[in-house]
Amino acid sequence: METQSTASAMSTMATQIRRDVLRMVHAVSSGHPGGSLGCVDYFTALHFHFMKHKAQPFSMSGNGEDVFFLSNGHISPVYYSTLARSGYFPVPELATFRKLNTRLQGHPATHEHLPGIRVATGSLGQGLSVAAGLALQKKIDKDPHTVWVVTGDGELQEGQIWEAVMFAAHRKLDNMIVAVDFNQKQIDGSTGDVMGLTEWTSKFLAFGWEVLEMDGNNWDEIMSVVPQAQAKLGAGKPIVIIMKTEMGQGVDFMMGTHAWHGKAPNDEQLAKALAQLPETDHKDY
Amino acid sequence: MKSYEILGQKDTRSGFGAGLHEAGKRNSDVVALCADLTGSLMMDAFKDEFPERFIQAGIAEANMISVSAGLATGGKIPFAGTFANFATGRVYDQIRQSVAYSHKNVKICASHAGLTLGEDGATHQILEDLGLMKMLPGMVVINPCDYNQTKAATIAIAEYDGPCYLRFGRPKWPVFIPEDMPFEIGKALMLNEGKDVTIFATGHMVWKAIEAGHKLAEKGIDAEVINLHTIKPLDRDAILASVKKTGCVVSAEEHQMNGGLGDSIAQLLSRELPTPMEFVAVDDSFGESGTPDQLLEKYGLTTDAIVAAAERAMARKA
Repeated sequence: METQSTASAMSTMATQIRRDVLRMVHAVSSGHPGGSLGCVDYFTALHFHFMKHKAQPFSMSGNGEDVFFLSNGHISPVYYSTLARSGYFPVPELATFRKLNTRLQGHPATHEHLPGIRVATGSLGQGLSVAAGLALQKKIDKDPHTVWVVTGDGELQEGQIWEAVMFAAHRKLDNMIVAVDFNQKQIDGSTGDVMGLTEWTSKFLAFGWEVLEMDGNNWDEIMSVVPQAQAKLGAGKPIVIIMKTEMGQGVDFMMGTHAWHGKAPNDEQLAKALAQLPETDHKDY
Repeated sequence: MKSYEILGQKDTRSGFGAGLHEAGKRNSDVVALCADLTGSLMMDAFKDEFPERFIQAGIAEANMISVSAGLATGGKIPFAGTFANFATGRVYDQIRQSVAYSHKNVKICASHAGLTLGEDGATHQILEDLGLMKMLPGMVVINPCDYNQTKAATIAIAEYDGPCYLRFGRPKWPVFIPEDMPFEIGKALMLNEGKDVTIFATGHMVWKAIEAGHKLAEKGIDAEVINLHTIKPLDRDAILASVKKTGCVVSAEEHQMNGGLGDSIAQLLSRELPTPMEFVAVDDSFGESGTPDQLLEKYGLTTDAIVAAAERAMARKA
């Protein structure tokens, strides 16, 4: 019962974040709405329910709290909206996304000191390693909190990812939960067409990880599988969730295609998209 | 020309190893990472005394650099060590995005730099690393000249909060810096005051610059010899003060002429104090296999080359 009401509240927040994502990329006619929309539900579930984190005051080190890293930094719209909506910085600042002098750079960065961001990401394949470094620091300093990571599935084509996957297993970083955004799409088409090695579960298993699978756009699955992942913390293995999502989730004409990976809607398309995502009590920025 | 007593013959990488061990004793936040070259980088003393703070990264340098950025985010002071080629060119994007742009307190420790690596050949003899690193905003770039200076520099960068690149080498080289001399990041070290020409040298070429100073003195030329161990931030005031006095300049470094210390000095002088300048450096070439001495001779990084450059620079004075 409680879980159901939690999921309902989060679903409303997710709708608001989807509206934010679309309005942000529309305002500057650039950015990455597709992957952002697909990951909204998981970002919402982590930041509003599962993660034990403190938005104010923001601590760069993350000592004594859960820490989140976005390795595929191009889905910055969902990251920024979630951070703002969970209290890291003022929601109206979302209007500055990608504009001159903004703290909300096209890809996440620490350089402008945006609260919530701990390392620059965007050049793919590095964020998982950085997260492993922080997970190792938490081990050394006996901080029992969890390091959460999101990577893209196209990003798994980067060689450094597998260096990090080896490293995390070797160092028994069982305080990490990594979600692979398994939307099976990348800029040039489907991941299978671009580089046809997409059987991720067996690969992570072979590298010595705990592997779970879930539908990242289904609240019931999110609310049951993430606790299963948490139950595996501390058992000697890093944990990955192969998270099936739909690029463009929530907007019918953006789903089922890779076309909206890095393309912003025009005025007409925005209106059509927002019509599918009712306004919420959280209100647009 | 001031005389310097040779206190011994030691490799600068051993100075790094000793400095890392000392930094580890002084600060429990210091951690060390290495990509399967622990012995080559003389990191065993640290590893043996602080095994829980030593992280074997395997032959996976990209991951090592980014893991270091994560450790630094959590409050550690990571020293990530490998050969200079793999510490820079191989992982440039990792350093650029995860370390420099993100301003992480990571120390990139690069051994076996330059021609003096010797027989392994050009695949490993990086001569572009200072340029690669100095171009990154906010990166401190240091190339110490002997064992004692390398040890002191290693201790100093542990106490500095921000990304640093520390370059050192493989061969045994004359030790002449006093053991107790503290290392000041960004502060030029005056080795000989002179009035006719300034020789700015870094790394292994500093000893050659001292030798050149003696040879020039025999010819009646009073050379000022300055050790620029820190390529970035450059000690502008010391450079300009010296050049105002001498009116001509030689730079000496075990690096490409393009992008090295000489470039930085020339850029400063062209804006502030245009001055005749000569460069002792590798002239747009890769290295090759050979002994360190043979290679330095073949590629023009010798005492005599510095002497000749000083004479050319003086001849160009108005």
